[in-house]
Amino acid sequence: MQMSNITYNQFDREVHPPYLAPEYKSTILRAPTKPLILLKQSLSELTGPVFDDFNLGEFDHDLTKNSIKNGEPLGERIVVHGKVMNENGQPIPNTLIEIWQANSCGRYVHKVDQHDAPLDPNFLGAGRCMTDKDGNYKFYTIKPGAYPWGNHYNAWRPNHIHFSLFGANITNRLVTQMYFPGDPLLQHDPIFLCIPPKGRDLLISKFDLDATEPNFALGYRFDFVLRGHKATPFEKI
Amino acid sequence: MENILYKDTSSSPLGATLQTPSQTVGPYFAYGLTPKQYLYDFKQLVGNQMVSPIEHEEAITIVGKVFDGNGDVIPDAMIEIWQNDGENQLFGRFGTGTDVQNRFIFSTIKPKSVDGLAPYLSVIVFMRGQMIHSYTRIYFSDEAQLNATDEVLNAVPAERKNTLIAKKKGLNIYEFNINMQGENETVFFEI
Repeated sequence: MQMSNITYNQFDREVHPPYLAPEYKSTILRAPTKPLILLKQSLSELTGPVFDDFNLGEFDHDLTKNSIKNGEPLGERIVVHGKVMNENGQPIPNTLIEIWQANSCGRYVHKVDQHDAPLDPNFLGAGRCMTDKDGNYKFYTIKPGAYPWGNHYNAWRPNHIHFSLFGANITNRLVTQMYFPGDPLLQHDPIFLCIPPKGRDLLISKFDLDATEPNFALGYRFDFVLRGHKATPFEKI
Repeated sequence: MENILYKDTSSSPLGATLQTPSQTVGPYFAYGLTPKQYLYDFKQLVGNQMVSPIEHEEAITIVGKVFDGNGDVIPDAMIEIWQNDGENQLFGRFGTGTDVQNRFIFSTIKPKSVDGLAPYLSVIVFMRGQMIHSYTRIYFSDEAQLNATDEVLNAVPAERKNTLIAKKKGLNIYEFNINMQGENETVFFEI
């Protein structure tokens, strides 16, 4: 059975955004208002779904190929890679990363996206990959475009890729967005600016010339750090 | 399950580092996370049938809505349910954008009581307008005896306890609504 004296760290509220951030208007009616109740982690929190026996589709990790209908998707081909680890610096192997994003024009396939920019018949914008035994992952995609949204007058989201990660158990669950270096829209984006200053740079990928594939794709590096566990050694009983 | 000996790894070569901040799931998660449910052409890993109700006659249905601070139904939330009672490990995921009433609906089996505690499901709530997801739990109204002595439920202010208890609505059907705000704001946990 699970050892009861492992406990995972809580969210580090110095780097995570708060529930309520009025500059991001949708939080106003959706943010819980009452204090969270501290829960002792039990078997259910210390475990989570495992996807390591799931067979990924052949092109799940290549968004430039996984929904080709009649040609290549348009836009700037990129390769994104990095490592998933916990706060203790331990790599997290065999963990699922789910990916979704807009196309190069800033248009999502999603039916409720009304932005007047073209869909790309050869680009869905969804993918997934698993970390390897050393916690590393890599996928190919098209650099997503910026797009306008209704939060305030002339509001534009910076280029970003959405991610969902599971990690070792449900305390590790993370949904986040990766941004691109040097994007001038970051300083105007309330979703990015809701993050406390200490955490903001952690969501900006780094241009990576070593990962760049000559004559093919620009490389970006983005590491994920999930919650660690208390570093209290204990004896096997 | 094997015992694993954890040790302090703060001196590991990678070194200790800060958690990656959360960001909202946004309004457009459906084709990436719940593609089959929303009829996108992409294989889906998990859905709302945590067990098949055809194969498990003891299967239960969990159904509910998510409400915002105005009491309006939220049509773009995504709910995940995880349960592990030591015997069954089950996971499900469902968005509130496809049902005509914007409900979430799951088929699962009722977990067992572990160590004399009341049985429950772990719930993770995501939506546009939430920068970081919320954790809650679903307990069951027909477990009144175990609920009354449960240490987690008893740590919750008495007047809010009912927000965690799904109401039995018929044979094997439980209703669990999630209120993000207001008088009946659901209890959310720090885990």
